[in-house]
Amino acid sequence: MSAAAVAARGGLQVLMLDEQPQPGGQIYRSVAENRRKRGYLGQAYASGADLVDALDHPGVTLQSGATVWRLDKGPQVTWSRGGKSQTTSAAHVLLATGAQERPVPFPGWTLPGVMPAGAAQILMKTAGMLPKDAVLAGSGPLLYLIAAQMIDAGSPPQALVETQTSTQMLGASQHLPRALFGLPTLLKGLSLIAKIRKADVPRYTAASGFHATTAESGKVDFSFRAGGRDQGLTCGLLLTHQGVIPGTHITRAAGIAHHWNAAQGAFQPQYDLWGATDQPGLHVAGDGAGIGGAEAAAGELAALNILCRSGRLSSDTRNQRAARARAALFRARAIRPFLDAAYPPPAEILAPTDNTIVCRCEEVSAGAIRQAIREGAQGHRQIKTSLRCGMGPCQGRMCDATLRGLLSEGNANQPISPPRARSPIKPIALGELAALSHPQEEPA
Amino acid sequence: MNVASRFRTLPETGDCVQFTLDGVPATAPAGVTVAAALLAHSGAWTRQTAQGAPRTAYCMMGVCFDCLVEVDGTPNTQACMTLLREGMTVRRQTGLRELNGGQRD
Repeated sequence: MSAAAVAARGGLQVLMLDEQPQPGGQIYRSVAENRRKRGYLGQAYASGADLVDALDHPGVTLQSGATVWRLDKGPQVTWSRGGKSQTTSAAHVLLATGAQERPVPFPGWTLPGVMPAGAAQILMKTAGMLPKDAVLAGSGPLLYLIAAQMIDAGSPPQALVETQTSTQMLGASQHLPRALFGLPTLLKGLSLIAKIRKADVPRYTAASGFHATTAESGKVDFSFRAGGRDQGLTCGLLLTHQGVIPGTHITRAAGIAHHWNAAQGAFQPQYDLWGATDQPGLHVAGDGAGIGGAEAAAGELAALNILCRSGRLSSDTRNQRAARARAALFRARAIRPFLDAAYPPPAEILAPTDNTIVCRCEEVSAGAIRQAIREGAQGHRQIKTSLRCGMGPCQGRMCDATLRGLLSEGNANQPISPPRARSPIKPIALGELAALSHPQEEPA
Repeated sequence: MNVASRFRTLPETGDCVQFTLDGVPATAPAGVTVAAALLAHSGAWTRQTAQGAPRTAYCMMGVCFDCLVEVDGTPNTQACMTLLREGMTVRRQTGLRELNGGQRD
């Protein structure tokens, strides 16, 4: 959003393709229509309305509900809206794909009543629906934010079941001096935890061995280990969270080079100081380029660089105007090493027990995948062809991360290539594909 | 199969939308997605997998495809990416779809 506004103010015509029904991404989802309601979502959320307002510029054409499903050299973008696909060419394409929640697999994570905490937050933002009798389980700052929002909305969680250990927190403290550059974020985190404490929400830490079943009433029976003994909670909703990872299907399908970010435990596209990638005309910004959060401001940098390459800014002006955004980016990133070290996803989530479903679409268990690996399957592709893992409609979005965890089990340092992603990166109807006036051959 | 909704929907405005779920009339606040309407209506499954496992909307952001339902005759529609409209016909899906476009008879 900030990139579109900066580019348009700089004189470029911007076509903004957004898959969601309203602008705001996931962090500021429905922020404009929530201006005078749902105050429990907080100030930081409400401030996103300014970003949406800035899109009100004659240079910006916003297409909401538009799904990009293909990128070709040129660059050329193929997108679908309202059941019709079309192709648009542009000198520069900025990919801001955002993040998705890291899959949190354990026995029972596919049952109705088990959901990512971020999904429940989307329901709060878009529909004013409050989780009833919920347990928040996992780790990471978002868990605290959602707990605080639920408390402010009058629907506090039944309990917080956190997986991080005091050893991890101690290890993370070495990153604290650097994190001080992001002091407001740190203080906000502390105030969230204070709010949870004040609301008397029971907290379990160093929890492990998650397991969920459905009770006769339809509620979720959640069992885990914490404090040296087996624990059980019955809840209406079990809301899980283990951080977020970049959404890289478009960037991988576009042929952009990706690398493994070990600290964040995720693949991310490679790019320069301005977000430009190795593919001509393709740029990246936002959480899709590596997790940095809403304040990371990389969109503005990418837009300034695109204005420069389009001949509308000299490189000197670009560099001068970038100073403020660079400082914001530095502050936003300064806190990440601390957060990444303090709230790492536990090994049993990265590589779950044999009886856990890994691929939700094709119902492939961790046991079946381990068996295939023992029989010699190497890499995502061979597992996919032998077990159909990742071949369902989500195209690996819910299992790629776990599959990597299983492949690297026992040898964390072995190089594993990012899985291939191919267009259409989101399913489209055959009729829609056939109706495209100039269908392109899929390169092998 | 009657499972209470796992969410409390705050009465914010009076605007409501009528739709049917498996032929039974239901109501939801205006402006929400089909997935939100289904979750506000019931805590039960909205889809059964090929192996008969119960599922319902999961990620709410178009990533996981567990919210697939039949909307106005179109099977495999992502309920979380579809805004609910007055008079919509929503059907839960059991097992795999046929290639003939959602006609199960």
